[in-house]
Amino acid sequence: MIALLLRDLRLAVRAGGGFGLGLAFFLIVVVLVPFGVGPETAVLTRIAPGILWVASLLAALLSLDRIFALDFEDGSLALLATSPLPLEGAALMKALAHWITTGLPLTIAAPALGFLLSLAPEAYVYLLVSLLLGTPALSMIGTFGAALTVGLRRGGLLLSLLVLPLYVPTLIFGAEAVRRGADGLDPTGALLLLGAITAGTFALLPFATAATLRINLR
Amino acid sequence: MRMSLWEYANPKRFMGWTAPVLPVVFGLAGVCLVVGLVWGFFFTPDDYRQGSTVKIIYLHVPAALMAINAWIMMLVASLIWIVRRHHVSALAAKAAASVGLTMTLIALFTGAIWGQPMWGTYWAWDPRLTSFLILFLFYLGYIALWEAIEDPDTAADLTSVLCMVGSIFAILSRYAVLFWNQGLHQGASLSLDPEENVADVFWLPLVVCIAGFALLFIALVLLRTRTEIRARRIRALEARVRRA
Repeated sequence: MIALLLRDLRLAVRAGGGFGLGLAFFLIVVVLVPFGVGPETAVLTRIAPGILWVASLLAALLSLDRIFALDFEDGSLALLATSPLPLEGAALMKALAHWITTGLPLTIAAPALGFLLSLAPEAYVYLLVSLLLGTPALSMIGTFGAALTVGLRRGGLLLSLLVLPLYVPTLIFGAEAVRRGADGLDPTGALLLLGAITAGTFALLPFATAATLRINLR
Repeated sequence: MRMSLWEYANPKRFMGWTAPVLPVVFGLAGVCLVVGLVWGFFFTPDDYRQGSTVKIIYLHVPAALMAINAWIMMLVASLIWIVRRHHVSALAAKAAASVGLTMTLIALFTGAIWGQPMWGTYWAWDPRLTSFLILFLFYLGYIALWEAIEDPDTAADLTSVLCMVGSIFAILSRYAVLFWNQGLHQGASLSLDPEENVADVFWLPLVVCIAGFALLFIALVLLRTRTEIRARRIRALEARVRRA
């Protein structure tokens, strides 16, 4: 399992792996928002939690179709399915690799972008914590979506249609935690529910992902 | 010989028993809808606060109810397909999806028409309204996945898994949305709690309308399932001709 994780990480970091693209996309979305809504600081402060969460969600979406597509094409996914490692474990590692290459950098970069959107100073901690808790769920749900569309030639658009509704609860709790933090309210409830979603997805979705992969490899 | 319930799921047998049943269900649905709607629209008093706008309830509540029930039916059909591999079950789930999508749209539109005079707005980010919009997106994704995959068995398998996972997330979203915003929408129109229930004058025609919508849903799903089975047969015949 560790070997698979390291292999995926190495592939993602290499040239053409798309590492950093998601991060650049995150930056561009956040930079575009003030052009759209105007530069008033008060407005930006108000919408910053939501914008940061929506932007990180879209950035995570961008690299989802790479999770299985290349392995499916060159046949290594079929090898993985026949290897002694259970496919559920492989799915889990794929999600983890996706999180380390997109979710984690996004989380680390988010405070800097929060600065651009003049996020309320009290909210930085909660932004960091909520992204740290929530982005793994985004990766795991996305891995499931990628497994559903792996056999399709143009699955990218369909993938976003399938995955984005599944992101709704994560987005609500994540953005709500930051907003409550910014307003000086207690965000513990939202953070706990966010953690619960992440734990739940990591407990259950590997099985659904493995099942869909088996169907697609049949 | 003992007959099992599952015998009725054999495609040939399904075509056999639905052919005579279908017009009956359509007829009953028509009768219920005509009686319920005419009764509701012309023979009930106006509400003391809402005036005559309350009458849209006879379309809004049944459609909303069936929009949710259609998804539950799809979930059950998907489970049956995954466990017992009855093709009719998978096709029925596929058939129910677009009917459910239409019901969701009807509920959203009649709700918007009702919301304008009552709340002064066509749309508000109220938990119930938002949940229905999310349900609409789930239906879209489900139907899109069916359309995208060529092999019918793979499509049935994948959409079944999506339906199951989607159900969990739909319920999660429903309660997440409650956490996010408190609403304008009234409580349940039909409930065992007499305080929450609508008044009896409105209740009886409403129940008739709900029965009408439920029957209409069953009739449409049966009809569409028959169409799917025929389409499948045509595909099989064409494949045989090509091989010959």
